Amino acid sequence: MIKVEYYLIISTLMFFIGIFGFITRKNMIAILISLELVLNAVEINFAVFNRYLFPHQLEGMFFSLFGIAITAAETAVALAIIINAYRRIGDININDVTRLKG
Amino acid sequence: MDTALINLIIFVALGTVSLVLSVLAVSSKSLLRSATYLLLVLLCTAGFYLFLNYHFLAAVQVSVYAGGVVILFVFAIFLTTKNDEKMVPHERRRYVLGALAMLAGVALTAFILLKREYLYRDNTSMLGDAELSMQTIGQTLMGTEKYQYLLPFEVLSILLLACIIGGLLIAKKK
Repeated sequence: MIKVEYYLIISTLMFFIGIFGFITRKNMIAILISLELVLNAVEINFAVFNRYLFPHQLEGMFFSLFGIAITAAETAVALAIIINAYRRIGDININDVTRLKG
Repeated sequence: MDTALINLIIFVALGTVSLVLSVLAVSSKSLLRSATYLLLVLLCTAGFYLFLNYHFLAAVQVSVYAGGVVILFVFAIFLTTKNDEKMVPHERRRYVLGALAMLAGVALTAFILLKREYLYRDNTSMLGDAELSMQTIGQTLMGTEKYQYLLPFEVLSILLLACIIGGLLIAKKK
């Protein structure tokens, strides 16, 4: 049987790899990709805790499900903003996008 | 070899691959490669959900994340990246601080997580004999009683509608 700690270690490492990318990348799309990693790690945790500690309930699984849907929505809006910023400024490095008013 | 050992080997391989691909996704020079690595990480995550016997969740993960979100990323990359563009790195100090923050966070979280004892020894549901039936999922998603999720489902549909409208408005050409 796979121990619950193994899952938790993997999701913790994935979460903080995402945080590292979030801090060190300059491109806005790369930052968004790091954010996806973070959210993905969180969703693994929800599912794991649900399955191992509360196997007769479904809360964690549905939290993951709604989390996936909200992530998709958030990505769509963020990418729309990034494309718009590119159209106005011609660049998607965060250092250049300092004036969002345009 | 017995099944438990094979399961463990597959799990360790899946975990290693997903972590290596995560590192590549945040450190790759080319954005398109980053998106591809992200896609593979998400598929590995679907594998974890299969290990946990959440088949529906794995299907959703593959179709929504791998099918929808990554395609969005790829199109956004095509629309915003010039052909021969090089990624501009940050100054070195930022990498050091980022790595320090990451190490501190991993240490703290791993300490807290591993210090606890998790009581699940008598739980046999993750051994593979407890598939969640589609009927249960449907009734839980569409019910209005306690521990049922019709209201969040509807709120989510309104959120998605707002996102469609907002995305169109923001990305619209003047």
